[in-house]
Amino acid sequence: MDRIPILKIGETLLVTIQVDFHDRVALALLEDLSEKIVNFSSKGLLIDISALEMVDSFMGRILGNIAKTSRLLDCHCVLVGMQPAIAITITELGITLSGIHTALTAEDGLALLNKLVNAKKNGKPSAKKQEAKWR
Amino acid sequence: MPKETAVPLHAIISDSRDDILKEWIKAQLDDTSRSQAVPDASIKASSTEFFKLFERAISNGNISDIDRSEWEEVRHMLSDLSASRATQGSTPSETARFIFSMKQPLFARLTKDKSGPDAGAAVWELSLLLDKLGLYTTETFQKTRESIIKRQQKEMMEMSTPVIKVWDGLLAVPLIGTLDSARTQIVMETLLQKIIDTGSKLAILDITGVPTVDTQTAQHLMKTVSATRLMGAECIISGIRPQIAQTIVHLGIDINDIVTKASMADAIKEALARGGWTFEKQAENN
Amino acid sequence: MAVKSQEERPISSEEDILTVRNSVKRVTALLNFSLVNQTKIISAASELARNTLEHGKGGRSIIQLINDPDRVGIRIIFEDKGPGIADISQALEDGFTSGRGMGLGLGGAKRLMDDFQIESKENEGTTVTVTKWLEKN
Repeated sequence: MDRIPILKIGETLLVTIQVDFHDRVALALLEDLSEKIVNFSSKGLLIDISALEMVDSFMGRILGNIAKTSRLLDCHCVLVGMQPAIAITITELGITLSGIHTALTAEDGLALLNKLVNAKKNGKPSAKKQEAKWR
Repeated sequence: MPKETAVPLHAIISDSRDDILKEWIKAQLDDTSRSQAVPDASIKASSTEFFKLFERAISNGNISDIDRSEWEEVRHMLSDLSASRATQGSTPSETARFIFSMKQPLFARLTKDKSGPDAGAAVWELSLLLDKLGLYTTETFQKTRESIIKRQQKEMMEMSTPVIKVWDGLLAVPLIGTLDSARTQIVMETLLQKIIDTGSKLAILDITGVPTVDTQTAQHLMKTVSATRLMGAECIISGIRPQIAQTIVHLGIDINDIVTKASMADAIKEALARGGWTFEKQAENN
Repeated sequence: MAVKSQEERPISSEEDILTVRNSVKRVTALLNFSLVNQTKIISAASELARNTLEHGKGGRSIIQLINDPDRVGIRIIFEDKGPGIADISQALEDGFTSGRGMGLGLGGAKRLMDDFQIESKENEGTTVTVTKWLEKN
């Protein structure tokens, strides 16, 4: 597989990473995503990694870069479905993924995206507070 | 040569088998340092059984190498014996004395029936043999003890890390005792799995029962907090005692992103408030 | 300690990193490592394989199934004939990078495994050996 499919649902883009892929595919994903965010003026990006089997620091950097890039393009990025084993490994590796939003499930992720996007539309300055709220 | 002395040795033993056995058992029962862990009846039974096997093994003529197949039954019996004594709570020396106490009655026979240089050699060889058997017993005893300790450690580890569902979507982990890296690992794994299983978005780590927090422990705690966050849930640490708070500050750990509460009660209150729950006390009727 | 079986995988392209990951995954599953430990081992292997490819200009990995009287384990050796590492302790520090990772490669892999050994000579190459044990009950 050379490209990871990106689905557009309204103002949100949805990416599901389902197979182990190599570096080139990850870099292509970063490129494709930035393009699509601009083309569709997407406000939210949901990345589901529930099927991901491992993560190394290269993967960690790609995920971090996706979050940063989308932020610059005025699009909120939420990472959902990280498995315990992956979370433990990432922490042990020392990858913090600081600044990246996370949610337990795709459903929670969408709700969080809605909140983040609406907070901005309503002109609330601090989306951070909203995000911290436990639903 | 072992074989030359072995044949008369066997003859001597079978001649006065009953007497030796009786004296041996008596020596064990009379031992004043004996604890009450092993009942008299079982001492008699195991001595009788051992003596039977011992005699059979000796009749083969090899009394120097207990690793050989003639001694297999004896070894087997000794492992069972020391394993059961280890679980019964006998001391190692008590278990070793099972074999060593045989020396006296055996040597008495050897020197009574024979005199001259031969007797000395026979005593020496028999002594070596019994030493080997004694050591073997102690070693097995030690191994059994070790496996008991290992099993208990594992059980304690599992028992000491309960993850409790406090409310819908709220988990709590009351940590008690020293947090080493192996234990934090288990705490982290159990907690994260439970978060997935229950779909909980908030977890309280209560460290009231953790006596000291050093750099390692603090770092382990922080790792748990960040792993929880990576999965999309939040972690509150409660029960931080004054000196632990000072340690954490002293260690220079980044505490900006960490939510802390003084007590578990405060943490639960905060968690429920975040979930939108409010509580009020009902007016008392009387 | 005895080597029960071993397989060798070349590391000369990005695709090979994937192959190494898959081989490692197969061995860890065979040994019945817990899911968390499987993930840790595969991630460490991926990290080190990428080092071999990028820093060492390619090389090979040897994946071994090893055992002791009371435990079994996996040992992975990464070898390259690249430029070597001038300052190993600096390379082990978090944040140090010469490639395109996060600079957590060597130190991170060390934390993920039970045992970590590195030998390197400038202009001759680098060998990294990592081991993870599984206690028998």
